[in-house]
Amino acid sequence: MKHTVSVLVENKPGALARVSTMFARRGFNIESLSVGPTERNDVSRITLRVDCERHSIEQIEKQMHKLVNVLRVSELEPGEAIERELALIKVHAPADKRHELVALGEVFHARVADLGADAMIFEVVGSPEELDSFEELVRPYGVKEMARTGRIGLGRTSATAPTPRKHHV
Amino acid sequence: MSGSKKMVGADAVLRSLEAEGVETVFGIPGGAILPIYDAMARGTTVRHVLARHEQGGGHMAQGFARASGKVGVAFATSGPGATNLVTPIADAWMDSTPLVCITGQVRSNLIGTDAFQECDITGVTMPIVKHSWLVQDVEELPSIMKAAFHVASTGRCGPVLVDIPRDIQEAALDFKYPDSVDLPGWKPPTKGHPRQIKEAATRIAAAEKVVLYVGGGTLNGDAVKEIKELAELWRIPVVTTLMGKGAFPETHELFMGWPGMHGPKWSNYAVNKSELLVAVGARFDDRVTGKLSAFAPGADIIHLDIDSAEISKLRHADVPVVGPLKQILHDITGELRKLQSAGATSRTEPWLRQIREWRDEFPLRYTKASGGDFMKPQTVLEALQAQTADRDDVIFTTGVGQHQMWAMQYLLCNQPRSFITSGGLGTMGFGIPSAVGAKAARPDATVVCVDGDGCFQMTCQELATASLEKLPIVVVLVNNGYLGMVHQWQNLFFEERRSQVHLTHQVPDYQMLAEAYGAAGFTVTNEDELEAALSEALTCGRTAVVDCRVDPAEGVYPMIPAGAAAIDMLEYQDPQGAMA
Repeated sequence: MKHTVSVLVENKPGALARVSTMFARRGFNIESLSVGPTERNDVSRITLRVDCERHSIEQIEKQMHKLVNVLRVSELEPGEAIERELALIKVHAPADKRHELVALGEVFHARVADLGADAMIFEVVGSPEELDSFEELVRPYGVKEMARTGRIGLGRTSATAPTPRKHHV
Repeated sequence: MSGSKKMVGADAVLRSLEAEGVETVFGIPGGAILPIYDAMARGTTVRHVLARHEQGGGHMAQGFARASGKVGVAFATSGPGATNLVTPIADAWMDSTPLVCITGQVRSNLIGTDAFQECDITGVTMPIVKHSWLVQDVEELPSIMKAAFHVASTGRCGPVLVDIPRDIQEAALDFKYPDSVDLPGWKPPTKGHPRQIKEAATRIAAAEKVVLYVGGGTLNGDAVKEIKELAELWRIPVVTTLMGKGAFPETHELFMGWPGMHGPKWSNYAVNKSELLVAVGARFDDRVTGKLSAFAPGADIIHLDIDSAEISKLRHADVPVVGPLKQILHDITGELRKLQSAGATSRTEPWLRQIREWRDEFPLRYTKASGGDFMKPQTVLEALQAQTADRDDVIFTTGVGQHQMWAMQYLLCNQPRSFITSGGLGTMGFGIPSAVGAKAARPDATVVCVDGDGCFQMTCQELATASLEKLPIVVVLVNNGYLGMVHQWQNLFFEERRSQVHLTHQVPDYQMLAEAYGAAGFTVTNEDELEAALSEALTCGRTAVVDCRVDPAEGVYPMIPAGAAAIDMLEYQDPQGAMA
């Protein structure tokens, strides 16, 4: 099963390396990882997507808690979090296909970020699943290159804020 | 800044060590750490023990830490000096030894340029340290030193590394050692949860077939008194892991040996037939459990540990309690006293009787030598045990392999911190340097390194350190001329095809080698000479090496083959005729 884990770390050299090294060392695979600033300039947020069993995700969280630079670890439960991702997709777009592609993009609120003689770059933001769908739809036209940011997420304001899992109170 | 003093970074390192109460450090100087060694020459209360190899220095710091309960400190220069520390760091990581490693680094402006003796040691060691710091601003040095000692010694103990570029060592700062640490992400548990403690006590009170499975965390957690109180109050049999050896007196009537690959049959039976297994600072290591699914299959698990990540890592814990073991055990005993006042009584007597019957039925055994060229290795350990049995001031260290397992089986340790060995990493060569470190920590103790000939040759250069630094140790060399454990596995699992394991009894001459290092050397080939040689070595007051020539065909038994169920043990196999 796939899990999204949100990790707040001190904005210090090596913090990201320590987190990713721990995953590699313990044999956990990272499907996507994004890191960026938060509302505090001394704190960064790492959002990780991992595919593993419930037992493993608990191990991952506990191992991460032991890292000195890690301030908080919480799992973003589906339905209780907003998750978004940005993709840039360079699609083969000869003149006769452009209209079709633009129309397709509109369904996904994808913006044409760049247009060349035989290709265009879509910029699309959405849930990672929406991005998967869009990618599937444009693939038959020929995807020349693609870059995705990896998902980021926050707990919903309506739900209770995501709290760190209690470990063996 | 009030109370601050102008100095350079190198001085700040030493003033920090002094402020932490560090008495002894171990290391070797080199280019990138020259300013720190110069500051040492200008004056400090810290004693520096000059090792002959950085690995030796690191293991000495480990031995110091394990014998004293304090943080061990090792120094090394950049590049190869630092990489030579990697093995002790990995060892300290696996065995939860508090260790602060201080390495010199090339100047800040050279970092990343592949400069002479440059190595990204914080990168290399990242998976095997609790935390590490590359100091980038000299003003941060005092707070980093404070944090390093704090992180190494709180929560689950372990190694940390502080890498200091040479220009930082030379840069001036206003030094003031901080009173507290600022580590918002480091919050080790401070107290076990009362409800879980109550639940643990209730289950222990009701159990008939219960075993305390005591690991090295009990020593790190300073919970030796508490484990004894708990065991004695409720009459609970105790087994200890290799790392926990000495945490419970081994001549105590409730002591039931050591479970695992080379533990006696009765100890493994006790664990495997138990209905309630109380793990105390132990981590269900594969060398203890064998095949995990067949380990104590009928037991509920109570797991007490400072590290929440150990809970249910390998074996599901029915009652986990996370926190300092000293407090948790104290409180469990307190709850049991309350239950006792309310009429509950221990129900373990039939179970204790059963384990004792197993002990009588399946004792450790071997066939004594009848003449021939060699002594039996077990006989050497029995003789050492006989000569040290009534003393509470003896510390044993070991290397890794057959001799280590015989040491576990035949040396009975009644004192905490009296058996220092490399458990998790299994580092050959750990014995001699860790003995030197233990001697530095406990100068009044007699420190005996039980070593194998393979291990000896990995770190014997530290005999020079022992001689010159006036840190005399006694090395009892269980010399079978082989990489004995590998030899044993080749015999058992590779159809006796011996591949690259024969070290021979020809070279080196250990007695001469000992003498070359300024130590007393003894060669013992006959059991009749054994007692006298050991006695002289133990009392001569110098570093001594007793080369005991033992039967290469002898194996360590019983044995649970790797991955097998603990209950499927190989019994003692008399080598006579089979392998000799």
